[in-house]
Amino acid sequence: MGLIARVVEEAGIPTLTMTSALDITQAVKPPRAVFLNFPLGHQTGKPDDPELQRSIIRDALNAFESIDAPGTIVELPYVWDPADNGWEERDYRPGFMPRQPGREEADRIEAERRARFARG
Amino acid sequence: MPIDYIPRTRELYSRYEPYRWVVNDRVPWTPLSRPIARCRLALMSSGGILYRDQPRFHREDASYRRIPKSARRDELSIWHFGYPTADAARDPNCVFPLERLREFERDGIIGELCDPAFSFMGGIYSARKVREELAPRIAAELKAAHADAFYLVPA
Repeated sequence: MGLIARVVEEAGIPTLTMTSALDITQAVKPPRAVFLNFPLGHQTGKPDDPELQRSIIRDALNAFESIDAPGTIVELPYVWDPADNGWEERDYRPGFMPRQPGREEADRIEAERRARFARG
Repeated sequence: MPIDYIPRTRELYSRYEPYRWVVNDRVPWTPLSRPIARCRLALMSSGGILYRDQPRFHREDASYRRIPKSARRDELSIWHFGYPTADAARDPNCVFPLERLREFERDGIIGELCDPAFSFMGGIYSARKVREELAPRIAAELKAAHADAFYLVPA
């Protein structure tokens, strides 16, 4: 994402990039970034928790306005699970990614989706 | 402690050549032209969001999908195999906060949410492809939409 932010910023539009991968963001250096230490797939919060999502995005937009040094990464204070940070050890290891369907299965899933929306 | 994704990626893909991460020194900069509350804000997610019957993404796919600002949650689905997608499939706002930004527009926290929003499938191996194909197309979309600010949410 940081790569795209840099190109868009260069084209004259200011950007803010969310991240949960601090080391990658420190290397890529998007113009403005907000780091949330949550598992991948939750960069704007937990599912069905609109209050938390609003709060995270609100903080991010505040950072959008306040960051004045290129390459700044603002760290948000939210904690995924105050009782257990075991996900940091478990995540992004073999078996972490969802199984990728083969071509036939992917075609079938896509055909089902088409049919569902064709019906309205 | 935040996960160090660079060494863990090296372990995860240890049977391949080590991935060469992009390391930049210089940082581009464009100041905000007005407060966020008066900005036309554009949204993009790399979470592999599809709207209704849009075609799926493929490996090393630098294409993107336009997602209408008015899209309902039940019109969105996820096509991505680089992160656990169960939560985002249930509530796309975890990686594509369209509903939240519509609320922010209604409440005057942002000036306006640009229509459409954008999505692609992150995890593109080729940084060149992202820089030279995907990013310039998105920049052109944002220029045409007169976006004042761009909010990027990875997955």
